[in-house]
Amino acid sequence: MVYLTRKCEFSASHYYHNPQWSEEENRRVFGKCANLNGHGHNYTLEVTVKGKADPTTGFVVDLKQLKDILDREVVCAMDHRHLNKEVPEFAAKIPTTENIAIAIWQRLDEKLSVAKLHRVRLYEMPDLFVDYYGEA
Amino acid sequence: MKVHLTRRYVFAASHRLHAPTLSDVQNRETYGKCNNPHGHGHNYALEVTVSGPVSAETGMVCNLVEMDEVVRRDVLERFDHQNLNVLKDFSALVPTTENLAEVVYDILKQSFHAVHLEQVRIEETMMNSFEYAGGGEPHR
Repeated sequence: MVYLTRKCEFSASHYYHNPQWSEEENRRVFGKCANLNGHGHNYTLEVTVKGKADPTTGFVVDLKQLKDILDREVVCAMDHRHLNKEVPEFAAKIPTTENIAIAIWQRLDEKLSVAKLHRVRLYEMPDLFVDYYGEA
Repeated sequence: MKVHLTRRYVFAASHRLHAPTLSDVQNRETYGKCNNPHGHGHNYALEVTVSGPVSAETGMVCNLVEMDEVVRRDVLERFDHQNLNVLKDFSALVPTTENLAEVVYDILKQSFHAVHLEQVRIEETMMNSFEYAGGGEPHR
């Protein structure tokens, strides 16, 4: 089994807000992330797929195909967007790094026919990232 | 929905690698310049990985403000700008980064209640790093 990781970046804005809570409670739990005017990050996404190297091509996955899927499902959908307002998954879900990683997994897992998704690693900042391995 | 979350911190400390059970010659052979008598220092980078389900209410695995506070209080304040050799944690333990990773893991294992500690990873320099995910005998 070989693991292959492809990296891409996108920049997006978001805010954290639970509509069932008071403003004070939102501010207490989410701190400055609760500012409803939003703020942004440069996200770095690392997508790891696994598989056996094809005996003919030597590839685990066609990189062009993987890049196209990443561009379509993640970069076009999220780059220079407001996650709360423009990405349907976050209409009723808070776009924390955890939830964005899960949403990206779900988007990619449906589309990847050639290789098996192993891990989605999403950096919000250089000192903060989450890993999601799906539901084993 | 189990997610792993990793947060990175930095601290600076000095140490000297010297095992009291070895002779001076053996220490020199084993640890090289890390055995220099007056010690030396590093900027350590600590990556703490926790895991758990994503709360439906907050969308988070754990509250980062609380996590930062625990790591600051129990690890960074304890080790930052310190000589590791004189600390109680290393009174009977050579302060290699292997042992430091185990000590930090054991500290945080006791400190984290609301979330599961998955592993700690410590970079001693850009060229070497050490990971510990538990499983050994606790040092404390």
